[in-house]
Amino acid sequence: MPILEVKNIQKSFGKTEVLKGLSFSLDKGEVLSIIGSSGSGKTTLLRCINFLEIADEGEIYVNGKRIFDGNSAKNLTDAEIRDNRLHFGLVFQSFNLFPQYNVLQNITLAPSLLKRGTEEEIKAKALALIERVGLSDKINNYPCELSGGQQQRVAIARALALEPDILCFDEPTSALDPELTGEVLRVIKDLKSADSTMIVVTHEMEFARNVSDKVIFMADGIIEEIGTPDEIFLNPKSQKTRSFLKKDIETNG
Amino acid sequence: MSFQQVSLSLAAGFLENCRLFLETLLFSIPLGLIISFGSMSKFKPLSFLIKIFVWCIRGTPLMLQLFVVFYVPGLLFGVPMRNRMLAALVAFVINYACYFSEIFRGGIESIPRGQYEAGQVLGLTKAQIFFKIVLLQVVKRIVPPMSNEIITLVKDTSLARVIAVGEILLAAERFAGKGIIWPLFYTGAYFLIFCGGLTILFGFIEKKLSYFKA
Repeated sequence: MPILEVKNIQKSFGKTEVLKGLSFSLDKGEVLSIIGSSGSGKTTLLRCINFLEIADEGEIYVNGKRIFDGNSAKNLTDAEIRDNRLHFGLVFQSFNLFPQYNVLQNITLAPSLLKRGTEEEIKAKALALIERVGLSDKINNYPCELSGGQQQRVAIARALALEPDILCFDEPTSALDPELTGEVLRVIKDLKSADSTMIVVTHEMEFARNVSDKVIFMADGIIEEIGTPDEIFLNPKSQKTRSFLKKDIETNG
Repeated sequence: MSFQQVSLSLAAGFLENCRLFLETLLFSIPLGLIISFGSMSKFKPLSFLIKIFVWCIRGTPLMLQLFVVFYVPGLLFGVPMRNRMLAALVAFVINYACYFSEIFRGGIESIPRGQYEAGQVLGLTKAQIFFKIVLLQVVKRIVPPMSNEIITLVKDTSLARVIAVGEILLAAERFAGKGIIWPLFYTGAYFLIFCGGLTILFGFIEKKLSYFKA
């Protein structure tokens, strides 16, 4: 049984159809990369899965349980939406760390508020996560004292602290200087070897190619092509995919 | 009339100013927060009504509002306002709550949406997001405009003399009526010292909150 199954997701903003019916599934431990040009709906798809936007139609299943149904979406209570969100973690393009809390507090805030164990347990777990993202010397620093790459690593640890079934990344390196993207991508690679299930919206083609098990190329609100990295990058079937990848090679070498 | 006698008499007046100042802050800050939530409400009729109300209060002189609160209950309902201090307090609280509400609204709306969304994806409730994530960032951003407004309030309290609240300027005017002018100028020292203390306090708060950038 797939850990995540998305069926026919549709979303419009006013008269603009952003997602025109997307379906895909993801197995436990798989890494899915979503690529495509700006405006193709990648981020909106991720936001719908994370319930930051409520899709107009479609269904979402996690571990075989239906957590979203477009027909009854309006009846979802705030509490249900919160519960559904906890299946997922989301790492934002712009990090969105809480500026008034230090690294440790950023990570322990949600587990403490959600009462996920005693204060000592939560702290011990947070410290382990901070070590995992390589920031043990920064636990008492505030976000404004960290580089972008360090902030993003804290954001990853913060998302992991709630042990989501699926960790989502929305262009995690797009706001970073080129020399800082490496450290963030390395953390994501490490997570893959630890068998985390992940969805990564990215412009890093090298990363998508080397790390993912599955790649989705999105264009104009639909899944233009889905396949293994080799299928998408070496042997794309769709003309749109080919021209997108060609442009990427031209601009990024 | 000795300097000491005048000082004591003015101090007694200034105590009224301080009382009005503190009580106004005590009530207008929470009320201002409620008004700011109302003006940001998605329920359009409510936010519209609140905006009209804020416009009326900010668009008319505080002195006029003092007269309205003091005289209108008696004129319209036959229950004259006997407590002058209470009338002044009501007028000040409403007036300052409206100004504060606009500062709060500006502060709250200036917090990036990403902060709310980061809280949402961590499964936090709206109240947890507001109190644990947004509030302190808002406080940090509004300290400078709030300190401005609060220092204005100190001096505005002497407007209460128009409905004969026995505040410091009224006390000084009594001396002036007897031909002694200098106490009138001397009142400035009380305000200066009080505002000086506030300036130091706000500087301290700003420094306390300077450990993070928001």
